[in-house]
Amino acid sequence: MKIMVCIKQVPSKDSTLRVTEDSTWIREQDLSYEINEPDAYALEEALRLKEKHGGEVVVCSVGPDRVQQVIREALAKGADRAIHLVEDSGSRLDSYPAARLMAEAARQEGFDLICTGLQSDDFGFAQTGVVLAELLGVPHATIIMEVQAEDGRLKVKRELEGGWFQWVQMPLPALLTIQSGINKLRYATLKGIKQAKSKETRRVKAAELGLKAEELAGRQKLHRVYVPVKTKQTEFIDGPPREVAAKLVEKLKQDARVL
Amino acid sequence: MSDAILAVMEQQEGKLNRMSWEALSAAQRIGKELSKPVEALVLGEGVRAIADEVAASKLSCVRLLEDPLLKEYTPDAYCLALREVIAAGKPYLVLLPHTYQVRDFAPKLATGIERSFLSDCIGYRMENGSLVFTRQLFQGKMNADVSFTGDPPYFVSVQAGSFQADQLVRGENPAAIETASVKIESGKVRTQPLEKFQEAKRTVDLTQAEIIVAAGRGIKEQENLALIQKLADALGAEVGGSRPICDNGWLPMDRQIGSSGQTVAPKLYLALGISGAIQHLVGMKGARTIVAVNKDQNAPIFEVADYGIVANLFDVVPALIEEINKAKGQ
Repeated sequence: MKIMVCIKQVPSKDSTLRVTEDSTWIREQDLSYEINEPDAYALEEALRLKEKHGGEVVVCSVGPDRVQQVIREALAKGADRAIHLVEDSGSRLDSYPAARLMAEAARQEGFDLICTGLQSDDFGFAQTGVVLAELLGVPHATIIMEVQAEDGRLKVKRELEGGWFQWVQMPLPALLTIQSGINKLRYATLKGIKQAKSKETRRVKAAELGLKAEELAGRQKLHRVYVPVKTKQTEFIDGPPREVAAKLVEKLKQDARVL
Repeated sequence: MSDAILAVMEQQEGKLNRMSWEALSAAQRIGKELSKPVEALVLGEGVRAIADEVAASKLSCVRLLEDPLLKEYTPDAYCLALREVIAAGKPYLVLLPHTYQVRDFAPKLATGIERSFLSDCIGYRMENGSLVFTRQLFQGKMNADVSFTGDPPYFVSVQAGSFQADQLVRGENPAAIETASVKIESGKVRTQPLEKFQEAKRTVDLTQAEIIVAAGRGIKEQENLALIQKLADALGAEVGGSRPICDNGWLPMDRQIGSSGQTVAPKLYLALGISGAIQHLVGMKGARTIVAVNKDQNAPIFEVADYGIVANLFDVVPALIEEINKAKGQ
């Protein structure tokens, strides 16, 4: 099975987020980056499928040069090679441009299966995978918790709300968006890290895929970014731990009357 | 329906998803503001009763779309049907609840007709006569105001709890139900839905708990759950967790709180080391009193907390156990 895994580099969870002076984005110089968590699970699932059925795992990431960090990480974990779709506009919000770039790259390669995380930890649109499937004209299923491949068909366990699941079948080629927790992530081994250095990463620009700038234009306009205004009055309790604990217990007894 | 605000109501097995009412409420508000007609769409098979229920709201009409291929949800059949309805009616704005099902088909639907879908919006405002929507970034730590470029129809899904279903305006008379007919070729439906099921039966019912102590990523290691359990024991509470904790197998799945787990509304909810991603918040924000302990003062959990403590939970929790035991001993 030839599998493509789309991975996104996102600001780390503990990054300090500060809005730029003109309120159009967040200050990137404050950020450190990591692989989008659901994408890490998508990669792991692809590696497991390859180990079971043979084939190849190709990772694909859209972004500026810094995304090579997550590409290297994926190669070290066992992906065979990578495609880096070089794109510098950064703060672009719309899912469409990234999906379009990956669709063109995927079309050139021809994959049996494409795996993405179900959503990104930074923008959280939960759309890129499904948009990509539509652009490629392949069936898809989202929020997947188990993948079984057999005779050119997939049987997948889709998560529904409230603790329910559903089995869904579909032919290959297909696209799946993977839910966090579907598997247990592996660590890169020392050997894997060494091998990654000799693996191929193809850097591709939009123009080389025959895409013009207007074909990559988003259909949304970002007006401003800002820290949310609090709607609920939260009473913050400060002080040394013992004092804080005593005050809280008092509040829960006297004011909230829940103790 | 040309130029209408169209709310797509979600039903499964003949039961309306309650988030649909919130989307409908948003549609009424926006329709009023833009002076555009408001319509609702019900799709499925054998779902006329739902259309009747929806028609009690103040609407221009309810569109009813029935087909055997819409009985069980598939993204292909839903998109084929909705594309036809949208092409025929040319709505201005299509509003959907941000459910798992909508996430499965709406991006495909919009992309297929070269339009854009703004997912998971929490509000809107008018700016120079056009609609600007607000959505969250970075798991709720930031907001962004976004509008559409290009031509309608525009597609928007609304986050659970962002619009109030109880603000729905009822009509003086039931709205007309207009039956739309669509042609769905069965050969174009590529996914085949099979049985729905729940995992191993639940051993604990968190929805009945009066006090819940919930742990998130901030507990770092499974061993540290012992401390959380100790606090729960002191309070006579049940222990719950955010998704990552249950994914790691540190707590059984039936103790997961959030959109993919339990929705709870206890008298007291203590969120320890939980940042408060929206998927978690929707499962617990109905609690009467919420206490949050988190190192990050910007964590979204403080948005819903009544009492906030910005600190390392490993410093606060032991002291809290002591104080509770002291208080209970009195």
